[in-house]
Amino acid sequence: MEKLLVLTHVDESGEALTKASLEAVAAGMEMAGALEASVTIGIVGARTETAAQQVAGTAVRVLAVAGEAFAEARYASDAAACEALCRAAEATLVFAPASSRFNRVIPGVAYRLGGFSDTHVTAVAKGETVEATRWFYRQRVEAVLRRETRPWFLLLEAGTRAPWAGSGDAVRVETVAVELPALRTKVTGVRAPRQGEQTIRPNAKILFVAGAGWTKKQADGKVHAAEAENLILDFLHVAGASLGSSKSLVDQSGENQAVLGFLTHLNQIGQTGATPRHPKGLSTCCHGEEPHVVGWRFITERRAVSLDPNCGWARGKADVLYVADAFKVMAKVNALLADRKQASN
Amino acid sequence: MANSFHIVVCASIVPDPLQTLEPVDAPGGPTLKNEMVLPAVLDPWAACALYEAANLAAKHPGSKVWLVSLGPKAKLQQVMMTVAQKVPFELVAIDGPLGGFTDAHATAAALAEAIAAIPGLERSRLLLFGGWESAARGAGVTMQVVGERLGISDQFQGVDQITVRDDGGFEVLERVEGGQHQVSVCAGAPAVLGWATGNLPEPRNSPQIGMVNMRGILPALQRARSAKLGANGLSYVSVSLPRQQRETRVVRDMPEAEIASEIVTWIAE
Repeated sequence: MEKLLVLTHVDESGEALTKASLEAVAAGMEMAGALEASVTIGIVGARTETAAQQVAGTAVRVLAVAGEAFAEARYASDAAACEALCRAAEATLVFAPASSRFNRVIPGVAYRLGGFSDTHVTAVAKGETVEATRWFYRQRVEAVLRRETRPWFLLLEAGTRAPWAGSGDAVRVETVAVELPALRTKVTGVRAPRQGEQTIRPNAKILFVAGAGWTKKQADGKVHAAEAENLILDFLHVAGASLGSSKSLVDQSGENQAVLGFLTHLNQIGQTGATPRHPKGLSTCCHGEEPHVVGWRFITERRAVSLDPNCGWARGKADVLYVADAFKVMAKVNALLADRKQASN
Repeated sequence: MANSFHIVVCASIVPDPLQTLEPVDAPGGPTLKNEMVLPAVLDPWAACALYEAANLAAKHPGSKVWLVSLGPKAKLQQVMMTVAQKVPFELVAIDGPLGGFTDAHATAAALAEAIAAIPGLERSRLLLFGGWESAARGAGVTMQVVGERLGISDQFQGVDQITVRDDGGFEVLERVEGGQHQVSVCAGAPAVLGWATGNLPEPRNSPQIGMVNMRGILPALQRARSAKLGANGLSYVSVSLPRQQRETRVVRDMPEAEIASEIVTWIAE
C-alpha cells in the first residue's frame, strides 16, 4: 500500500500555509482516496502550529519541522527538513507544491532517499497506477507518465486545482527533529527588480501581454515608447493586471534601446520565459508563432489587439482578435476603467 | 589564488525553438520525429549560464571554465561550431541520447561522473553552473541531483546574478514568486547555481576564441565516453501535441471606443 506524504511550507507571514501547499493537500487527499493509501502531511516553517490548523478536516497525521533555521528558504536547511519528514512518514509517494522553495530542494531530497522526482505536474490521476501529466519542450508537448520506483516525488504546479478548505477538530502536530548541517548560506531578504513598480502579480485575474509592436514606428513614422509605457502602466494600475512580455521586447530593453524601461527578463513569457496561469489574458502588439504563443498556454480566456489579422499569436489561439491600433484602444480602455473605478469609490 | 574559481557549466543541446516538434513512439520510448536532423542549439538557459561563467572567470584571474555536455557526438560537434566562438571554455563531452524524454536523474548521474573525473578540478573552488531548467525536459531536476552527487549542499535555482565579495563569499539573486528575487549570501565555493536568464547579452562571435576552443573540442569529442541512461522506472502512458485550436472571432472595422467598451465589459465579467 502506498504511503503518501504531502509536503507543505508556510508563507511569508509565517502563520499560514501557501495556497499552493493547500492545493497539494487537496490533491493528496483525493489521490489517497483513490489509492486507499495512508496520508501524512508534513509542514516546514519557523512556526507551524497556526498554519497546521488549515489542514483541519483531513484527519491525518501531521508532522512538522519547525525552528528559526526554517524561516528561510535555503537549500541546506530545507533539504534536511524535507528528508527528515519523508523518513518519519516512510513515504513511498510524495506530493509537494511547485513553489520556488520546494522546486529548489525536492530533486535533491529524492536523491538522498534513493527516489526519483518529476516536476511541473499539472494533473495526477489513478490509472493502472499513479499517472502524472506534465509538459515537455516548454509547454509544446504534453505527456502522461508513471514510475515503478519508489519513493516518487511529484511537484505539483500551482493553480491547477482548488486548495484544501476543510474544518474540523484542532490539528495535533508531531514535531520531527532535524540535525542540520553547517549552514554556509544566509538569506538576507527579497528584492523587487524595480522599487515601486510591481508588474508581476501571480494572483491577478488578467495577464496583459505587451509585444514588440509597442516600440515600433507608428503611423506617423515615429516611435512612441514613452506613450506606450504610460498606457501599459496605467492599464496595470486600473485593472490590477500582471504584465508579461514577448522575448523580443525584453531583449530590446537589455540592449538599452529606447523601449519600455520597466521590463525585465522576469516579465518574459513564452519559450524561454514563464507560462503564468491567469483566468484571462489580453495581448497587444504581439506577433509570432508557436515558440512565443506557449507563453499563454495556461490562460483560460484570451483576447488580442493587433493590426495584423493573420497574426500567428492570435489566430486559432485567441478567442477574439481585434484588428485595431492598440495605442488608441488601450487609451480608451484605461479611461473607461478609470471612470468605473471612480464611480465605484 | 584569491577568489579564483573552477566553473563547470552543464549544458544540454535542444532543438532550435523555431522548429516544429512532433513526438513519435520509438522502441526505447517516446522521441521527436526526425530528432537527429532537427537543427540544434545550446539550451538557452544553460547558454546564459555559460556566458555568466565566462564573465565571472574573466573578472577573477586564475579561474577556468569547463562545459560539460551530453548528447550524440555528431550533434555536439555541430552545436559547438557556433558555441565555441562565444567564450573560452574546455569541453567535456559525453556521448549519449538526445531528447527531453530521458530521465533527469539518469542524466545527472552521467554528468556527475564526468565532472568528478575532470583532471585538475578542485572541488573547493567549484562553482557548478547550468540552466535551472532545460528547454527540452524542462524539469529543473538535473542540477540539484548533480550537486548532491558531488556533495554540494549550497544550491541556488533561478539565478539572475552573482556578485563575488572580497572574502570569497558571494551574493546570489534567485527568482522567487511575484517577480521578485531572493537575496542570499553564501560563504563561498563549492556551490550549485541553476541560472535563469542572468543579465548578460549573447556575446558576439569571435573567430579567435573559436580557433582556440576548437583545438580542444575536437579531441574532447573523440574521447567522449558513451553513457547509457537508465529509465529508473519511468514510462510514458501517452505523449502528444496539444490539439486545442480556438475558433477565433476576428473583429475588423469596429471603432476603438466600441472595442474598448467590449474589452472592459469582458474584464469585469
